[in-house]
Amino acid sequence: MKRFKPFTIALFVASLVFAPLFLNTYQVDVLNSIGLYTLLALSLNLILGEAGLFNMGHAAFYAIGAYTSAILNTRYQIPILWTLPLSGLIAGLFALVVARPVVHLRGDYLLIVTIGVGEIVRIALVNDVFGLTGGANGIFSISRPKLLGFTIRQPQEFHYLIWGFVALTIFLFIRLKQSRFGRALNYLREDEVAAEGIGIDTNYYKLAVFGLGAAWAGMAGTLFAAKMTIVSPESFSFWESVMLFMIVILGGAGSITGIVVAAFLVIGLPELFREFAGARMLVFGLVMMVMMVVRPQGLLPARSQQLSPTLLKESNR
Amino acid sequence: MNSFSANDGDRELPLLALQGLTKTFGGLTAVKDVSFTVEKGAIVGLIGPNGAGKTTVFNLITGNYQSDRGQIIFADQLLNGLRTHRIIMRGLARTFQNIRLFHQLTALENVLAGCHYRMRGGIIASMLRFPTQQHEEQAAADCAWRELEFVGLGQYGWIAAKNLSYGDQRRLEIARALATQPRLLILDEPAGGMNEQETKALIGLIGQIQERGITILLIEHDMRLVMQVCEKLVVLEYGSKIAEGSPDQVRCDSKVIEAYLGAEDEA
Amino acid sequence: MEEFIQQLTNGLAVGGIYALIALGYTMVYGVLKLINFAHGDLFTYGAYLGLTLLTSLALTDRLGFTLGMVVLVLMVMGLVAVLGAILERAAYRPLRESPRLSAVVSALGASIFLQNALMLIYGARFQVYPDNILPTATLNIFGLYLPLMRVLIVLASVLMMIVLYVFIQKTRIGTAIRAAAIDQGAARLMGIDVNRVILMVFLLGPALGGIAGLMVGLYYGQVNFTMGWVYGMKAFTAAILGGIGNIPGAMVGGLLLGVIEALGAAYLSIAWKDAIAFCVLILILIIRPTGLLGERVADKI
Repeated sequence: MKRFKPFTIALFVASLVFAPLFLNTYQVDVLNSIGLYTLLALSLNLILGEAGLFNMGHAAFYAIGAYTSAILNTRYQIPILWTLPLSGLIAGLFALVVARPVVHLRGDYLLIVTIGVGEIVRIALVNDVFGLTGGANGIFSISRPKLLGFTIRQPQEFHYLIWGFVALTIFLFIRLKQSRFGRALNYLREDEVAAEGIGIDTNYYKLAVFGLGAAWAGMAGTLFAAKMTIVSPESFSFWESVMLFMIVILGGAGSITGIVVAAFLVIGLPELFREFAGARMLVFGLVMMVMMVVRPQGLLPARSQQLSPTLLKESNR
Repeated sequence: MNSFSANDGDRELPLLALQGLTKTFGGLTAVKDVSFTVEKGAIVGLIGPNGAGKTTVFNLITGNYQSDRGQIIFADQLLNGLRTHRIIMRGLARTFQNIRLFHQLTALENVLAGCHYRMRGGIIASMLRFPTQQHEEQAAADCAWRELEFVGLGQYGWIAAKNLSYGDQRRLEIARALATQPRLLILDEPAGGMNEQETKALIGLIGQIQERGITILLIEHDMRLVMQVCEKLVVLEYGSKIAEGSPDQVRCDSKVIEAYLGAEDEA
Repeated sequence: MEEFIQQLTNGLAVGGIYALIALGYTMVYGVLKLINFAHGDLFTYGAYLGLTLLTSLALTDRLGFTLGMVVLVLMVMGLVAVLGAILERAAYRPLRESPRLSAVVSALGASIFLQNALMLIYGARFQVYPDNILPTATLNIFGLYLPLMRVLIVLASVLMMIVLYVFIQKTRIGTAIRAAAIDQGAARLMGIDVNRVILMVFLLGPALGGIAGLMVGLYYGQVNFTMGWVYGMKAFTAAILGGIGNIPGAMVGGLLLGVIEALGAAYLSIAWKDAIAFCVLILILIIRPTGLLGERVADKI
């Protein structure tokens, strides 16, 4: 089974690269949605999957990134892709400020607080906070992104931008996972008291991972704003956070492959059964319940041996 | 207060000194005015009946609880008020009474946790795999393997901690603590749940740790182990110290016999 | 002053509803240490069942207003209690020994399932309670004109709370519930059937939640399939405010939150009304996570 993994990945990457040549515009658009959710789920996975912190307000960070880009672009005419780092920075800083006083809370309390934060952000957006967010209508006519003098318009073109960013994210996150930082997150998830008792500053890592995950969600927000050219509060509801939570749990907390597969299932599958669109959430709810009994570790759980190449050199001992 | 001030220990410098340590939970005084010292290079045992407050003393030393009164001095520095990971960085390490390993992770990853605080690599260095970060990871891995081999778990590095036997899990916890390169190792019932053979091996291991120049403070109910390895014993009952001295002195102390050994004979 | 008292009584009515829902959260949390995310949806089922029974059986026409209402209340209580027991059986019992995260995810799944089942049955639009059967009278108390329905809701919720309090304090099963909340293991050793306690909690909580749903329907005249989550979150906030696991705490927390919200909406900003409860929630968790009446417990290491 293991021998086929590089082959499977190569096949998957190749089919993504060539997909726009064979699929119609609508199908490519669905793939783009899947890409954005993959990106968001990967960023939530750092917090929820790797560090075990129950965050169900991830859509708030996504929203802040998207709105930052939209405001900077429409008010100050900053090219949308240039706002990418700033969106990440602002979403990350927001997460640090919000998480600082609550991050010590026990599991499900943190869950409730993050739901609360998500809702407060959404209500603030609806209420046109600081006169910047445009109220319930949101912000529209965001300009198209330009890359190296080339304007990205078609879903086919966005496909490469979004999935390119997903690929970069996976590349960086795998490296992060196989490092001191990544391991510290896992220690935190496994046993906080033991982690602190072995010299790990648990508060620092909780905050750092919230900041990093939120920053990445913020950057995904920029891509969303660029793709839609309009942002409004309804795109960042509580259910977005639930969907992301579900993708991470379904895929297998901490497993990057699992999360990509789960994003295809959760976002892509309902598109195949559009006539049952109404029953989609019903089925999700049922799947969540059954899954926890039958396979709580997720579809493709992370292997317990996630090690960097340097450590593997020692494996002949 | 008692006649057992350690006479041969006085020549040595105390690495750890507790002075008038007191801790109450609600109305209950778990630890009451406890003072004792742990001399550099020694093996000191903290004993007493169940509920005497031994583990609470450990939790006070490592900052899991904050004391109400009293001082904890380690290597001439006050530990009071420091957060746990800061205390560990000063050169203390501990194991837990009810094994607290990272169960889903491999033995190697567990031991690597002990190397963590001496490493520097942050988010960006890790994502971009800077050469210094790679160097550091390699050094940490070498250190972790050494500690695994030291406790005799060299062949189990790739096994998830939860799949190890009970005795091996205890030893893995010791390896993880040793990886922090402590000056003082605090063991909370290291022989708990071990059979006779495993206990014998543990006594050997404790001796080897001492040979590395590491001071040891331990809680243990297995009296043979305590009498065999400890140079000095501190006896607690109902949160207060009732005796302190060499194993032979403590064995003959009337208060100890009455409170602890006597009670055990009756049971 | 008139305005203030109107807002205060309105807050008490809504607060009474929050308190009734909060009791369900707090009892389940007390015994299982689990946040029953689907509890808010059981509340919605109470509202919808009440509407269906009211219109299809025409209870108030056949039995008169008072008797009809009593029968309706009892039927809603019974049906939602059964739903609660089924929920416990299907979503929580299989996970009793699992890690917390599993139970939390299952609870969320149950919530999503219940909510969408309701949407598929009734449709996504607001459902309206028939206004011809509701009392629209107002009471004149010392020159103040208060809607009768509001007064009835405050009285009914307080009555329910008193009944529950007496039940928990005085009966054998009530004592068993309190014992299991303090220490499940010890309760089991003392011969208490913990499974029965859990079942009881999942009957009582939803029964009260169902009534609360019915009250919302009667008070506001319309219900929606998603309302359970907002009410649920606010009731949970009330439970935290009073100290989760603490039954009188949930009552106090509910009434207090209702009043804070009503006054906040009236005197600060109506647009931020829904954010008030969430801010209270976050503040209380930062300042005093054990709640107003909760007790501090040391973590065992």
